[in-house]
Amino acid sequence: MEKESVLKLDNVTMQFGGLIAVGDFNMKLESGELVGLIGPNGAGKTTVFNVITGIYTPTKGRVIFGKIDITGLPPHYITHLGIARTFQNIRLFSDMTVLENVLVSQHHKLEERHADKILQKHGYKSKIIGKGWFWKSVFKIGYFSMEKQMVKEARELLKKVELLDLENEKASSLPYGMQRKLEIARALATEPKLLLLDEPAAGMNPHETEELMEFIKKIRDDFNLTILLIEHDMKVVMGICERIVVMDYGRIISKGTPDEVRNDPKVIEAYLGDGSYV
Amino acid sequence: MQYRKLPTKLKVFLTIIFIIFMAFVLFLSQKFLDTYWIRILTLIGIYGIMAVSLTFINGITGIFSLGHSGFVAIGAYTAALLTMSIEQKQMSFFLKPLIWPLNSIQLDFLSATIIAGIMAAIFAYLIGYPSLRLTGDYLAITTLGFGEIVRILILNMISVTNGPLGLKGLEEYTNIWWAWGWLLVTVLVIGSLVNSSYGRALKAIREDPIAAKAMGINVTKHQLMAFVVGAFFAGISGSLYAHWLTTIDPRPQTVGILLTFNVLIMIVLGGLGSITGAIFGAAAFAILSEWLRIVETPFKIFGIQVPAISGMRLLVLSTIFILVMLTWRRGIMGRSELTWDGIYNFFLRLKRKH
Repeated sequence: MEKESVLKLDNVTMQFGGLIAVGDFNMKLESGELVGLIGPNGAGKTTVFNVITGIYTPTKGRVIFGKIDITGLPPHYITHLGIARTFQNIRLFSDMTVLENVLVSQHHKLEERHADKILQKHGYKSKIIGKGWFWKSVFKIGYFSMEKQMVKEARELLKKVELLDLENEKASSLPYGMQRKLEIARALATEPKLLLLDEPAAGMNPHETEELMEFIKKIRDDFNLTILLIEHDMKVVMGICERIVVMDYGRIISKGTPDEVRNDPKVIEAYLGDGSYV
Repeated sequence: MQYRKLPTKLKVFLTIIFIIFMAFVLFLSQKFLDTYWIRILTLIGIYGIMAVSLTFINGITGIFSLGHSGFVAIGAYTAALLTMSIEQKQMSFFLKPLIWPLNSIQLDFLSATIIAGIMAAIFAYLIGYPSLRLTGDYLAITTLGFGEIVRILILNMISVTNGPLGLKGLEEYTNIWWAWGWLLVTVLVIGSLVNSSYGRALKAIREDPIAAKAMGINVTKHQLMAFVVGAFFAGISGSLYAHWLTTIDPRPQTVGILLTFNVLIMIVLGGLGSITGAIFGAAAFAILSEWLRIVETPFKIFGIQVPAISGMRLLVLSTIFILVMLTWRRGIMGRSELTWDGIYNFFLRLKRKH
């Protein structure tokens, strides 16, 4: 029996009035892949992310995550099902500490019962811990052991990404590079199978970019992830992506390995200029 | 310098001692203060409940709600209609008789107060469900409209509320113990929620609803939850307020927009998003409003004789508030709470300087 892909976008079209932001988009991601999604500004890359994560419902086509058709499901369902993302402009919870930012990502394990039913219906393992957490939280019955476990798991994650020393710092007080890392850690804390990174290297100097590249490869291996990555920094894309999809004006204009894409005249024409990167 | 945390068991112990201490202070006040000051203390308790419940909705969850007076009004009228005796109701409702079953029920104060809270919570669910999908200014206008609609309904549903005549001669059930007792319950419940995963989820919604959704939080459901819990306690405060005033009517200053604005002043003054701040703000507001009565008597300033102008104290209060907003926007507590850890570290820092 054919094993299903981690993610399948089937003829996805996203139309806003007369503007076709994404048109006839077909893509498959297999387990463990590190794939890059590139293209000029305005090509529709973040729109693809927004369709996958449920912020937009596609005008046409379907989004299939493993065995589950997630087209049109709300974002908080999709996070519970196992897709996490970061944002182009960092959207940390600025007034909360590093630890609290990561703890928030575990709240769905207390509440998202409907999403969990979808998981169970398709034969996946339940992610919900017990029930009645609202009342348990108010009266603090059976609550402290759960919180202790949550904090323990959050700290283990922070240790793996080397942010544990800063756990009590306000997120807004971190240097830029660490804020980006925290955003990724926060996404990881939702326990995803698929991680969508939206321009993680934006605003980084060459040294930070090197570290980020190693970091992404490491978390892919340590956490058993499939990663789809939007980037403009060609060093990152060519350096760590195993496969690349190129978009322009909402459509895919090229696919393939970094070498294939780098030499494709269509891509060079639309985006890479004279190929003097890397 | 590192922020030192006290052991949890010690903090629980200190809190219990504090509650006993407060109970003792209230007991002494009731014995030795004159009626005027006892009434002010009781009012601070009532204002405290209004303030804490509103800061939970506005300051912690970030829901821009301007309709809090609507919930207080619903609570006040529900409780009053339940505690008034049947004869009293027959006498008061002389324009149009009170509808059944209200005209033949009389309940005790505790049950009436709890039912008042539940009624307010039900209304919060009904108007929250469609409204909370709105954001910012639009939500503010909608909730403001709700508050006003409740007042107009009260004014016109004469066979239920006695309309403009209001309800008079209510038993003064609210004493210092009921007010501060319910304040304790409010702080324990809301504080407990805020200090849990739900509190983090609500703060995340305040910071960035889109990111919160992306982290798996059902934003609408959690906002509704905060709205309903806040409204429940606002309803409770309405019942306490009605039985402190001993009369309620549908005027804007009693259960209308002016009440909402007063509570807003309390929570912004105390620090938006802080529970302890809300209580400080409520106390400051109550005390200032009373103390400023001296400006309504004739006084001399810089050699100029100022005559007694009624309403002068509202003018001065508003001016003070505007100055506070211009120069000290975070209020007394800002977003942080007064905690045992905070007090401990404050003294540690002082000791270091010596």
